Amino acid sequence: MDAHSQPATVNPAPPAPAVHDEHFSQHVRRYLFVFYALLFGTAITVAASYIPFGNRAINVGVALFIASGKAFLVAGYFMHLISERKMIYGILAFTAFFFIGLMFLTLASFSDFPRHTVTH
Amino acid sequence: MDIPYTIESRPDTGLYNAKVGIWLFLASEVMLFGALFSSYILLRVGAPEGYWPHGWLNIPIGTANTAVLITSSITTVMAWASCKMNQFGKFKFYHACTLCLALTFVCIKSYEYHDKLTHYSVKLADGKIADGHLIEKSKDFDLVQKTGFVVLHGHVVDLANKQGEELQKELKTIYDLRSPEGRAVEHKELKLEAAQIASMETYGPWHHAYTAIYFTLTGLHALHVIGGAIVIGFLWGPGSKLWQKDPERFTNRIEISGLFWHFVDLVWIFLFPVLYLL
Repeated sequence: MDAHSQPATVNPAPPAPAVHDEHFSQHVRRYLFVFYALLFGTAITVAASYIPFGNRAINVGVALFIASGKAFLVAGYFMHLISERKMIYGILAFTAFFFIGLMFLTLASFSDFPRHTVTH
Repeated sequence: MDIPYTIESRPDTGLYNAKVGIWLFLASEVMLFGALFSSYILLRVGAPEGYWPHGWLNIPIGTANTAVLITSSITTVMAWASCKMNQFGKFKFYHACTLCLALTFVCIKSYEYHDKLTHYSVKLADGKIADGHLIEKSKDFDLVQKTGFVVLHGHVVDLANKQGEELQKELKTIYDLRSPEGRAVEHKELKLEAAQIASMETYGPWHHAYTAIYFTLTGLHALHVIGGAIVIGFLWGPGSKLWQKDPERFTNRIEISGLFWHFVDLVWIFLFPVLYLL
């Protein structure tokens, strides 16, 4: 069981360590690594936006790919999703299903318009 | 009345209740921002060629704000880890940093909003468009009475009687500020008499579909930052008394507020490239 999801116990003040310090020191090192990776990812995102790939769609794809990588790091490590309980994964699976459905409906809605229609 | 499962895990979920609650809330938040992202896609894809802006926002400022939010995420997770390691002093330090960073983010965002709300698009009586930041407005300036004047730092664009490639080139001086045409524009002081002006508006949400979705998305996000900062501020200040009575329960509260804060960071990770770079 991961440290963050351990059932906690009530301690009298001053509280005793809930989890061994060395174990958390490893976690802290990992968090710092993720932090540097996120800053690096931000720099890469900005740099990539200046590269003319020839088609703006490729720029969009590259930026969203890097953003997805950064989102994975935040969700996976800072939000501890990399080692969570099944219940949380279940909630997120439903969310992902409806989110993808929403995006699919958005794209599908374009077929309602005749070609070259301006929507605003 | 005691709230059940604030510390110990429920046997069926394996989680304390607040954790299930925050994830259900975050799921609803995903759909909220998802709907707005969907609106962004509709507006952007539906825009006529050349009319969707690029480079309207300052990239170095946006990058700095991204770094601020990422840094606040690491201080948040370090505050939680400090609680787990029984280092209350360090918790106080890290969450003080989080609060300062949240304030920095909101200040930078306010500066950006101010920049947009002092940027004018002026339709002139001769059909041209003057575009630039307001430097001065005379005291007697009145668009209805046609008295007074305004001074802008900007440039004049003539879209009338232009078509095809010529129109696209001219459009880039307003809409694509990252293009060679947009970067080549020279800004100068423009004194405009009220009699010359047909209408004028700032780059607020009413100006363009892009500014509408920009203010909506970043405004909603900023409200989340402010809301999160209030909760973190409470737990850092008066709420931290719980640490003495029940440290485990307090640590769980820090984890829950942290999950919300990381979600706010996660949303910005997508907002930044979508609004500033693409």
